[in-house]
Amino acid sequence: MGYLARQLSGRTDPATDAGWQDAPDRKGFFTDTSICIGCKACEVACKEWNALPMDGDLDLSGHSYDNTGDLGASTWRHIAFVEQSQDRIRAARESGRRLVDLGMPTVGSPSTSPEPSSRSVPAGYGTLPAPPEHGGPSLGDLLAEKDAVENGNDPLSAGGGLGTTVDGAPMVGPLPEFRWLMSSDVCKHCTHAGCLDVCPTGALFRSEHGTVVVQADICNGCGYCVGACPFGVIERRTDAAVSVRGDGHVPNVGVAQKCTLCYDRLQHDQTPACAQTCPTTSIQFGPHEEMVASARQRVTQLHEQGFTEARLYGANDQDGVGGTGSVFLLLDEPEVYGLPPDPVCATSKLPEMFRLAGWAGTGLLAAAAAAFLGRRA
Amino acid sequence: MTTSSFDSYRPPDEGGRRRRRSSVRGAVTGAAPGGTGRPRRNWLNRDGGGTREAPAVPDAEFSSYYGRGIIKPVPWDYKIPAYLFVGGVAAGSGLLAAGAAATGRELLRRNSRLTAMTSVALSGAFLVADLGRPERFLNMMRTVKLTSPMSVGTWILSGYAAFAGVTTASEVARLLPLPERGVIGTLTRVLHAVDAPASAGQAFFAPPLAAYTAVLLSDTVAPVWFEARRELPFVFVGSAALASAGLQLVLTPVAQTGPARRFALIGVATDLIAMHRLEEHLTELEIDEPVRTGPSGAKLRLAKILTVAGGLGTLLAGRSRKLTVASGLALAAASALTRFGMVEAGIDSAKDPKFTVGPQKRRVRERQDQGVVDDSIVTVR
Repeated sequence: MGYLARQLSGRTDPATDAGWQDAPDRKGFFTDTSICIGCKACEVACKEWNALPMDGDLDLSGHSYDNTGDLGASTWRHIAFVEQSQDRIRAARESGRRLVDLGMPTVGSPSTSPEPSSRSVPAGYGTLPAPPEHGGPSLGDLLAEKDAVENGNDPLSAGGGLGTTVDGAPMVGPLPEFRWLMSSDVCKHCTHAGCLDVCPTGALFRSEHGTVVVQADICNGCGYCVGACPFGVIERRTDAAVSVRGDGHVPNVGVAQKCTLCYDRLQHDQTPACAQTCPTTSIQFGPHEEMVASARQRVTQLHEQGFTEARLYGANDQDGVGGTGSVFLLLDEPEVYGLPPDPVCATSKLPEMFRLAGWAGTGLLAAAAAAFLGRRA
Repeated sequence: MTTSSFDSYRPPDEGGRRRRRSSVRGAVTGAAPGGTGRPRRNWLNRDGGGTREAPAVPDAEFSSYYGRGIIKPVPWDYKIPAYLFVGGVAAGSGLLAAGAAATGRELLRRNSRLTAMTSVALSGAFLVADLGRPERFLNMMRTVKLTSPMSVGTWILSGYAAFAGVTTASEVARLLPLPERGVIGTLTRVLHAVDAPASAGQAFFAPPLAAYTAVLLSDTVAPVWFEARRELPFVFVGSAALASAGLQLVLTPVAQTGPARRFALIGVATDLIAMHRLEEHLTELEIDEPVRTGPSGAKLRLAKILTVAGGLGTLLAGRSRKLTVASGLALAAASALTRFGMVEAGIDSAKDPKFTVGPQKRRVRERQDQGVVDDSIVTVR
């Protein structure tokens, strides 16, 4: 694909497109929401490191444990809390299974996966997804052990207890009555970033790490990027922000603000504040390719354990924004977490828009010419 | 009033125009009870409220995160639609002025040029005032960025304003009793010499000035603006034509407004057809609610009425000065209402998650049904 053609859509390396030579690896997050515990340490670490003001009054929203609301000018990490009943868990599992059966894009061969019919009954644990192997003891294993000790069931024998999944893992209970989804949301650092494309001042730029960063001293607060972000991330800071500093100063009022993927820390080979502080490794940071690889590994692992509701968000570089720098593992449809199900970078349609506007303008010129033709009064 | 005992079993009559029922409602199912951000049933999303048939199948529900918007609306207030209006007036007036200069209609030329300059100055003021940091306006000029309609538009506006400044200066020089000798005399002669090229330059920048504002709105993720990207340029150029011509019908004597009348009528026809197609397209996508209901819908309806009334008045006014002035005012008001209505509809569509999630989920489904699964942001492996 030519240089111009790949500027607005499709698979590409954003840092090279932006003119960086010898750019380091593209950096990104992998947020594994299956092991998020909703501690909000990432929100706090982000606020601390970036010296962000408060969004406003300290109100309780009544929306589970989420009193932050959404990402914004002074909230660059936001944890969503969703409380779900058994019906919703079942629906999420079925919608995930539908995606599997559709044969969504795969890295391996789809034929290596088990026949759908052999897993037509969701074979999930009656527990939450277990952490990755290196991340601590598996809750499923713990419960299986408990079951074995209390009832004398050998979890590894196919006949005993509740049986095993098709992969031989022990089943430890039915679908839970209730679950609590937590997901730490952040700027996606899109491959084709709408905010960056439409910025008229050049205040937004593509860093050498492939991330999208605002230069607060250049931005004149036109607000165009706010309307161009398909994820509702970037926002103009208003004077409703409340300072937590001694002098009461709120920086960058009237200027668009968002996550920089800790550009200052990256330049010193440091991990972004949120990823460094995350106690469960739900937020992982590293080269984008590694993040996508570990995301794929994790979703495969969860599927093998019977959690068909697990799916990746942003790991496909052929989607409407060319893939995101921040990849997520979700346990339900994206809109449940407040994420758009099919985001498209508006600028990908810009050539068409300019062409039609050109025709409209030509028509206007022709109309004016026609109006002056004809008989003089 | 029941006339038969069986009438009570009949579903209520369908009143008004038949419309496809929206399959998305702002229902929150993924979150805690009581988490709905809005009342589930009100006069905007009425369900079988007496005038419509009761739903035969329950609406497909979608989840949202406590009813919160997924995307953020642009943080623009009344100044941006006001800018769109005066920018359109400036563009149309520039074309009228150039035509009048070329065909020797002196009053039309003078009034159009002065209108163009006033409106382009006003539009610049509106643009700067709406910035979060107005004092940094000149940062717009530190780069030319073709991917940003706002950057492109700033340069179009600047080019237009430069030429409009020259033609206005030339017009002012004609109006004032200036000495024919000395520095001022030389300046007047220079202005006279550059009058025609400047007029052509103004006419060159006018169409892009009228049309780019549609791209400005469409190059966002606000569902109504983005999905209207094919029709909006034609709505906006039509609106620019009828607004500028309407103002000249008010300002200029009937003897010289023949071209303005024709320009207005072409604008009215374009605006009505394009607006109709825009509404139909949004209806297909089931996101027409913001352009049909609420304050934005009311503005667009009133705009349509005024456009038709102004168009008819222009057509039938003949030599009547009063009717011409009334028609011109109606057209200008219609254009302003169109701009305000479209901007508000777009902002409303960004605030409600159902306009974001509904169309997106449907297009994912459609692609999946066609067997296209490689372009989804959600993957399972």
